[in-house]
This record gives sequence, C-alpha cells and structure tokens, in this order.
Amino acid sequence: MGAGTLLSPVPEELSAATGSDAALRRFLHGLPGVDQVGAEARASALAGRSVKATAKAFAIDLAIRMVDLTTLEGADTRGKVRALSTKAMRPDPADPTCPAVAAVCVYPDMVGTARATLAGSGVHVASVATAFPSGRAAPAVKLADARDAVQAGADEIDMVIDRGAFLSGRYLEVLDQIVAVGEVCGRPDGTRAHLKVICETGELQTYDNVRRVSWLAMLAGADFIKTSTGKVQPAATLPVTLVMLEAVRDFRFATGRQVGVKPAGGIRTTKEALAYLVMVNEVAGTDWLDPDLFRFGASSLLNDLLMQRMRMTTGRYSSPDYVTVD
Amino acid sequence: MTAPLEEPATARRVEVRKTYKLFVGGAFPRSESGRSYVVQDTAGRFLANASAASRKDARNAVQAARKAFAGWSSRTPYNRGQVLYRVAEVLEGRRAQFIDEVQRSEGVGRRQARALVNLTVDRLVWYAGWADKIGQVVGGTNPVAGPYLNFSVPEPTGVVAVLAPSGSSLLGLVSVLAPVIVTGNTVVVASSHQRPLPAITFSEVLATSDVPGGVVNVLTGPLGDTAPTLASHLDVNAVDLIGLVGDAERATELEQSAADNLKRVLRAPVREPDWARDPGLERMTAFLETKTVWHPIGV
Repeated sequence: MGAGTLLSPVPEELSAATGSDAALRRFLHGLPGVDQVGAEARASALAGRSVKATAKAFAIDLAIRMVDLTTLEGADTRGKVRALSTKAMRPDPADPTCPAVAAVCVYPDMVGTARATLAGSGVHVASVATAFPSGRAAPAVKLADARDAVQAGADEIDMVIDRGAFLSGRYLEVLDQIVAVGEVCGRPDGTRAHLKVICETGELQTYDNVRRVSWLAMLAGADFIKTSTGKVQPAATLPVTLVMLEAVRDFRFATGRQVGVKPAGGIRTTKEALAYLVMVNEVAGTDWLDPDLFRFGASSLLNDLLMQRMRMTTGRYSSPDYVTVD
Repeated sequence: MTAPLEEPATARRVEVRKTYKLFVGGAFPRSESGRSYVVQDTAGRFLANASAASRKDARNAVQAARKAFAGWSSRTPYNRGQVLYRVAEVLEGRRAQFIDEVQRSEGVGRRQARALVNLTVDRLVWYAGWADKIGQVVGGTNPVAGPYLNFSVPEPTGVVAVLAPSGSSLLGLVSVLAPVIVTGNTVVVASSHQRPLPAITFSEVLATSDVPGGVVNVLTGPLGDTAPTLASHLDVNAVDLIGLVGDAERATELEQSAADNLKRVLRAPVREPDWARDPGLERMTAFLETKTVWHPIGV
C-alpha cells in the first residue's frame, strides 16, 4: 500500500500539499493559527459542564468502552499483561453489565501474550512501536519494530513521530516515515492494522504546531492521532485535545474521511474523562462519541471509572480496596 | 508600658462577621455546595457563619484522610506523641480565644470555660504520652505450646469517621479525636452542628502545629448531609457515633449502612459521658486492630 493509495480520497489541493517539502511547509504554515487564550478558555468552559444522573451513567459506560488499558513499563511481565487483559474483558467481575474496554496497549514483545488472552473477546490489542517513546532509532529499525508487532497480531499500531525532524521543519521526512509505517501495517490477507500516530504534544511547544502535526499525520494516512506517549510531561491536556478535535473535524470536512483522536497520559479521574467527552461532543460532534473514533490512553483511569460506576449503581462511595491494583 | 489605644467615643466599629470554612487535607476550602449557615450562641445571638458541608465534601475529606494514612501510620509512635504534644502547646497558646468560644457556644460561665480548656490541654498531653506506650499495654508476646515466638501488635484501623459530641464542643471533641489519631489512624470529623466554632478554631490549631495535612479533616454543617455518606463510604474503616446520643433511630440507620463493608462501629451511648472523667483506654483500643504473628524458632 503506497502513499498514493493512502492519500487517494484526499482532494487535489491537499494531495498537492504532500508533493514536496516546500509545498508541505507552505500548506502546514498556511493553516490558521490557534488562538491560545481562546482555546484554553473554551476548554476550561467545556470542562465546567455538569453531567449528572442517567447522562453520567451513560457517559461512564461510554468512557470505559473507550479506554485503551495501557501498561508500558520496563518491568512489564507476561503475568501482568495477562492480568491486565483479563481485566480489560471484564473490568468489574462483580457486574456483568459493565462493558469491556476498547483495547489493551502494550510493548511489541507482549502482543502475543495479550493476543492469546484476549482471543475472541472483541477487545483489541494495540502495540506501541517505532522505538517508543523517543522514536530515536534508524528508520529500518522502526519499521522492523512495527512489522514485528503486526505479525504478532496487533490490531492497532501506536507509532511515535520523529519530533526532532518535525521541530526542525523537515515535514516531508516525518510524513514519509508515517506513510512507511502505514504500509507495514498491511497484513498478507489484505486487511490492515489501524495506525495511531503519537504526536507527543508535550514536546511541540505551541498549539500551532499541534494543529500542523495533526494535519500532517492525517495527510499521511493516520487512522488516529494521539496526543502523547505518557512518558513526557505535560501529557494530554484539554486544550491540546481541543485543537486536535478541531483538526479531525476540519479534515473530515475537507476529505470526508473520519480520523480518531486519542488523548493519553495524565487522565486519571472520571471527572476529567467526562470533560473530554463533553468536548468531543461539542467540538468534533456526536459522530466521534464512539470507541472507534475516540480513545483514552490510560491505566489508572479505569479504576476511577469503575469506582464511580459502583457509586452510581449502589449509591455509596466505593474504595480502591474494591478494584485491582495494577 | 505604652498606653492602650483608645477608641474615639463616637466611632462605631463595623463588626467583622466571619464565615468559617472547612478543614480538608490541611487546607481550608469552602463547601463544594457553596452553602453556609448561621451559628448562634445559647441566647440566640449571631456568632459567625459556618460552612454547611455536603456529601461531596465528605467524599473529599475521606479521600484526603486516605491519602494521609500511609504517612501518618508509618511514623514512629514516639513522633506521633511529639506531634500531639505540640498540638497541646499551640492550643495552650490560644487559650483566651478558646475560653471565649467555649463560653459563648456552650453558655457556661467564664470560670467553667477556663476549666474546660485547661482540661482539654491536659487531655491532649495525656493522650500524647500514650502514643509509645499503648503498644506495650495492649500488645506483647503470648505464651504458646509450640516452637514459636508468638506476639501481638496493635495496628491502626485506617480512616475513621467521627461524629463529634453535640454537647461538649471542645473537651468532648478533643477527647474523641486524640485517641483516634494518636495510634496512627486518620480521621474525618463531623463537628457539632449547633456548636462548630471550637472545632473550627481547633482545626486552625492543627494547621499551625506539626500535624500533616489530611490526618484530621473537619466538616461543619447538618449531620444529615454528611453522616450517611461517611457511614456508607466503603473507604471508611470505622465510625464513631458519639454525636448521635439520644437519636437512636438515626444511629441504627447509620449502623446498618456501616455494615456494608464491616466497619468498626463505636455505638452512641444513651447519654453523653462526663468528659472530665479519666478516659481510660477504650477509645484508643476501639480503633486498633490486633495483629498476631507466629514466628518459628529453631529448637
């Protein structure tokens, strides 16, 4: 699958943008600038919305279905991945009405273990790749990393972009790398693993850069754009996600293709998760309120969602004693 | 000595009508609900405004107490004793204010208010002394018929919710609070609804002594808003219902909701005890768990 096929649904003025480094730079720098104060004010205004009662119960279940349950530690073991995968299928063992999460997100060498545990459950296996989290490796190594993960059975590949190249303005290089990983995501049977592009917005300095990198990733054929690795502070923030949601909305307007958004890192409480959902609804639209188009990259968020869920069903506040220690 | 500043005869000073806040996690937040209520003295005169805590404030307080538990319970008993002793020192330094508040809140005479405050300071010192002694008194090695060293140690129960006595606003409060924290528990206190001022001022004492934030959290306001939440909260390990003396119906209700996660419940007595009497160890041991260890010894 080459760049041509990935970009095929893109209108001519957009595909022309990816023709050369100069054209791409012209296009990305021609995007309207982000009003920083405005974006932050809008994000905090939306975060203040109150979601109660049945709407809250619905939102909590939706948020659980959107969680990419993540473990990306050097100390990960097969046992831990198995335990996490089991939890992903039945987050609240005491309550069969509790939905499963969207995916389990692990390092490539753990994909096989997760795959085996999750087989037939409908929960996806996502794998980080391309020398996560820094992305500092030779292109061939990065591609081999991603290929490995796909062969091991990953449904989704979370790749990191080369932030160094992006910040020094070598946009075409970044684009080509994403396209190359996108090709590797193809399986022999013609299907392909979904490609999530991690922009690591904590290293991109400005909201303008966030908007540019979002468009860059989408032009390169990303199925999802993801804020952060979770290894860099600040990780996901509301304003950054707002800018990304605007980008996917505008991209659909321009091309008809819907790209997903995944804030990752630093989202720990139900309250924060609900603020994100409100923002998805208000900025991108209800079409994006779907686990196929919006995800939370998180590990501790799920426990808080479960505790809030217990609170909604039993009427009393729950305790961390009643959820797993991950 | 300098001459005292004299007020001009004609100037009528505008009174500062204070609104007190809650004490949660070492900070003084307003109630999440934004509500407050008027506190009156026994004669019905305005004393101050106090925050009316909601169930979400109770939840936040439990969260703060849970967060503080690991640090507080792992301090050495000796250090906890020192901290409590320091609280007594700071309280001693603010005697005048406490005497005034106790007098106005409880409607007692000046002399009796002074005696109550003195007794409160003494009570704190007394409990501070117990910090590194209670373990020896209620724990120890046990004789067993086998090749084992068998010993028992008391450990704190966890987060304790205390409904403070409604009558004795300072001595009663300290008499139920000190035994809970001296052994390493952390606490959420729902203060007396009618007489919250000494509790709030006491939290100012705690904030300026060495008690880590979150070890003691003080909620003011109607018990009906906070007590059911505290009693049913799964992250609360024990509850002291002393504040429900004479309200058997509500006490039973709370005992039932406390049963969900098998909280330890210190039931409300028929009438409020005489706080001036020797307190004994009961209030400390009520919130201790005994851990017994069988250690094999080579014979």
